[in-house]
Amino acid sequence: MLDKVKHVILVLSGKGGVGKSTVSTQLALALREAGLKVGLLDIDLCGPSVPYLLGLEGRDIYQCDEGWVPIYTDDSKSLAVMSIGFLLKNRNDPVIWRGPKKTMMIKQFLTDVKWDELDYLIIDTPPGTSDEHITVMECMREVRCDGAIIVTTPQGVALDDVRKEITFCKKTGIAILGIVENMSGFVCPHCTNCTNIFSSEGGVELAKMSGVPHLGTVPIDPRVSVLNGTTRSVLTELPDSGTAATFKQLVEKITA
Amino acid sequence: MMPEPENCPGVQSANAGLGSACQGCPNQKICSDPNKKLEDPGKALVAAAMKDVSNKLLILSGKGGVGKSTVTMLLSRYMARSYNDKNFGVLDIDICGPSQPRLMGVEGENVHQSGSGWSPVGVDDNICLMSIGFLLGSPDDAIIWRGPKKNGMIRQFLSEVDWGHLDLLLLDTPPGTSDEHLSVVSYLRDENQPNSLKAIIVTTPQEVSLLDVRKEINFCKKQNIEIVGVVENMSLFRCGHCGNTSEIFPAKTGGARAMCEEMQVPFLGSLPLDPELTKACDKGEDITSVSNATTQALEEICKNIAKIL
Repeated sequence: MLDKVKHVILVLSGKGGVGKSTVSTQLALALREAGLKVGLLDIDLCGPSVPYLLGLEGRDIYQCDEGWVPIYTDDSKSLAVMSIGFLLKNRNDPVIWRGPKKTMMIKQFLTDVKWDELDYLIIDTPPGTSDEHITVMECMREVRCDGAIIVTTPQGVALDDVRKEITFCKKTGIAILGIVENMSGFVCPHCTNCTNIFSSEGGVELAKMSGVPHLGTVPIDPRVSVLNGTTRSVLTELPDSGTAATFKQLVEKITA
Repeated sequence: MMPEPENCPGVQSANAGLGSACQGCPNQKICSDPNKKLEDPGKALVAAAMKDVSNKLLILSGKGGVGKSTVTMLLSRYMARSYNDKNFGVLDIDICGPSQPRLMGVEGENVHQSGSGWSPVGVDDNICLMSIGFLLGSPDDAIIWRGPKKNGMIRQFLSEVDWGHLDLLLLDTPPGTSDEHLSVVSYLRDENQPNSLKAIIVTTPQEVSLLDVRKEINFCKKQNIEIVGVVENMSLFRCGHCGNTSEIFPAKTGGARAMCEEMQVPFLGSLPLDPELTKACDKGEDITSVSNATTQALEEICKNIAKIL
């Protein structure tokens, strides 16, 4: 399984909608900017977002002798992507599966996709601590998994669930690379005052409390969501933004 | 509990008991016998326990973090205030990430066992709440369960909680279209009263959310659950300093209203992105008595939902 993949990183959060997929895609794009070969696997089977975020909706997966060929974002083949979104006939089709079927699919994504040589494989997950997470955690025992990046927003109600995810990692022996605090304050484009819509500093405090590194803080920036649907990195498109600074740091920490 | 075998065709399948994975499964005989139409014994227990619960409303969304729990909390509190002669219950079936105890301001409360089952926690005179959050020793405790165990817990929440007489039970769900959703629908669907189970859908205006929400709407259609309507949350942000509004989660594809037309489901209304509300959620405070943009929008939405009472 994943024999030619040098590093595997999980992107986790107990809470939904905090930006796991955005962090996963922008991290994959940032690692690619650093000249690395990157894979991105979306194991959110009921709500896959990666094809949309990278503008790859409607692409078809082909089979070769060695298995499924992932979708490459361009001819350089430096970013390979796999998601259940590519296997659905219609983008509105629901995937109504119980756990065992989801488990089978995830195992197939890890074993039957021709990932080839990769420097990094980023795995984007659904919220929670259930079937998908248990399966991927079990599979990670057989591969070189660097650990998990935990994404949260600063709100108490998100932190509650993220604390549970940290416990999951600790109990199951997944190393935690650190916490990214997302949606951390919005600068009004009219008056430039910053409002902490979803509170502030929650991720920093959680990192301190649970003794894991704080990897950075990402503000709410509508300019970043404009990049949705493309394979453009914040590093090249918005080099002066706080988001770009955080991802630059993140890549340095990960590849150090 | 034994895990379901991988590749299990499912009890409803024509291949039940006949597939290769069925060899050696302890339930093979039951599944392959066409005369024994498998009925989960839990369903009868749930029906007996919920006989005085007149209406059930699922709060669904394919997407996480769009405000299912917040909308559940706002609806139950607003309706309980507006219809103080009626009783409301809230059941949180998000097993891995329960948020209701904090939002309702009853974090750390205990659930008591009585002769007639677990007593739900009273939030107000006419709202009671049950959540797995009340059963955890610490907020750090993780529930690391696969589907069958989550389903067992949901069944217990339905059949072993002393819900008593309720006019409306609101069920707050996790994101997705998987175990929790299938279980709760199969337990609560009543063929004699198909109208007693309905759903509302919560979304934010962005396409990345609408994408998953369309899947959830199709889930409801496939399961024959009537959709009362769609609530759009986090629509516009009004800056507290200058009063101007911004679209933080831009509706590039027309937002929930356009999606409702496309999917032919009713649009119930939009709730603004309100920093006061997010603060109140974290502290568990009730803001439904205050008059502001959020409660005005809520009033319109509740009027539509109250029709099912």
